[in-house]
Amino acid sequence: MKRPVRDWLLGLWSVAALVYLFIPIVVVAAFSFNDPAGRFNLEWAGFTLEHWQRPFAVEGLGTAFRNSLLIAAISTALAVLLGTFMALALVRYRFVGRGPTDFFVFLPLATPEVVLGAALLGLFITMGVATGFVTVVIAHTMFNVAYVVVTIKARLQGMDTHLEEAAADLGANEWTAFRKVTLPLIAPGLAAAALLSFALSVDDFVITNFTAGQTSTFPLFIYGAARQGVPPQVNVLATILLLAVLGLMALNVLAQRRRARADGAAVEPARIAVQPGLAQ
Amino acid sequence: MGLRRRRRLTPYLLLVPGLAWLVVFYLLPSLNQLYVSLQEGNFETGYTFQWAWSTYSDAISTYDEQFLRSLRYAATATVLAFVISFPLAYFVAFKAGRFRNLLLLLIIVPFFTSYLMRTVAWQTILSDNAFVADRLRDVGLLDEDGRLLATTTAVIAGITYNFLPFMALPLYVALEKIDRRLIEAATDLYASRWQAFRRVTLPLALPGIFAGTLLTFIPAVGDFVNAQILGTSRQYMIGNVIQSKFLVVTDYPAAAALSFLLMAALLLCVFVYARVLGARNLQEAAL
Repeated sequence: MKRPVRDWLLGLWSVAALVYLFIPIVVVAAFSFNDPAGRFNLEWAGFTLEHWQRPFAVEGLGTAFRNSLLIAAISTALAVLLGTFMALALVRYRFVGRGPTDFFVFLPLATPEVVLGAALLGLFITMGVATGFVTVVIAHTMFNVAYVVVTIKARLQGMDTHLEEAAADLGANEWTAFRKVTLPLIAPGLAAAALLSFALSVDDFVITNFTAGQTSTFPLFIYGAARQGVPPQVNVLATILLLAVLGLMALNVLAQRRRARADGAAVEPARIAVQPGLAQ
Repeated sequence: MGLRRRRRLTPYLLLVPGLAWLVVFYLLPSLNQLYVSLQEGNFETGYTFQWAWSTYSDAISTYDEQFLRSLRYAATATVLAFVISFPLAYFVAFKAGRFRNLLLLLIIVPFFTSYLMRTVAWQTILSDNAFVADRLRDVGLLDEDGRLLATTTAVIAGITYNFLPFMALPLYVALEKIDRRLIEAATDLYASRWQAFRRVTLPLALPGIFAGTLLTFIPAVGDFVNAQILGTSRQYMIGNVIQSKFLVVTDYPAAAALSFLLMAALLLCVFVYARVLGARNLQEAAL
């Protein structure tokens, strides 16, 4: 008798928590259709599709958005390359200094962003490096490498090593074994890591704010606009970004399911879904 | 022989590029921070290294209020995030059945919407003439000139909101890993459901609680966006001070000292917390 009541309360609480999580997102999406009377897009004034038709109609927004996408693409590519190699070394090899390295790679994730940003800007000032596009890419690559290593490591640890050993037994050298066996097996993990890096980079405000100099990015544009009222076009672009990431996540899950079905193996969508988060 | 030597070298070759990046752009900046914090001078004439430890004592005595406020806000937000997300994670792990993956996805989605936009959205929701404030005034829960925005509550609610997924996901992962048979065994041995929860489920979920708390608390202490957008200078946290010292006032030594102190305070918190909970290795728990 008592049990269903308890489960009901638990379910109700969960629904309430999810509603809390979604309220601002719904507001962001809804206000992209708003036709605000003044500069502030704070009160609902009427429905319009105008901002969706011309999302770059605000001066500076297009450049900022393009910079964000470019920075995210470059830092993601670099981080996935550097991070995958590091994860391979940390999981597949025993060597002197492995433990400390493992801990060191994790440290950027345990450092508040404001400290990371301030420290990097301090370094650039000390070394006389002018801040701008390149320094933002450097900073984003730095924290993305840490996230990539964590994500790929999780993937590698859950992987069967027998296949790699079989490849080695059959005479494949390390590079061939990696290319033909390991790489296809960790591909979904790579995709998840790349997606996470891209999303983190596009969304990063704090570290970018310290390292961007005169360069504008999408979050910096939003921050600048927040004081005078964020134009609805920003809501449009934020909604598009969310939809794009969701779409890519769904594709990654689908691709894995199809492959798993082809392999006749059981698939664990939960793990794939969680992977973009921090946990394994 | 040649092959074996190559194999011994392989891990180092794989590590070097990424490690070099982290050493130059993470470790070096951190050490440089210490160096900058001990400099003296001003922006016009330049700063020189002086072993100026007074910067630290000045920083503490001037900004102790913001420091303590940051710790207080972050602790409150972390507790709130735990209270909100533990039942949620429990529900998803044990009760959601075939909706489990969908619910997980729903928890992650906010993570992929612009952090600033979500905070700006809260600004919209809580603003003085918006729906929520109006209704609360109607039912008398808010004074005629009472505000939701620009209050301590708004800032803490914003921080709680923004870092909630960092709490919910590790909790879920830890709960999901628990072998159900252990809980069944406890009830078979005449433990009440509450006893089984307290003596079996909760201890087994500890790594998740540990990871979630750290992953929420650390970014929350350093946050300044919520205080900036949802609060006023009366809610400013240490992050606001570091940000303005560095980017507006250009008092680099003070900013570096504050940032170093923040890091030290956090490491101390993490250390004490780890000792209390008895976790052997921070990384093991967090990842």
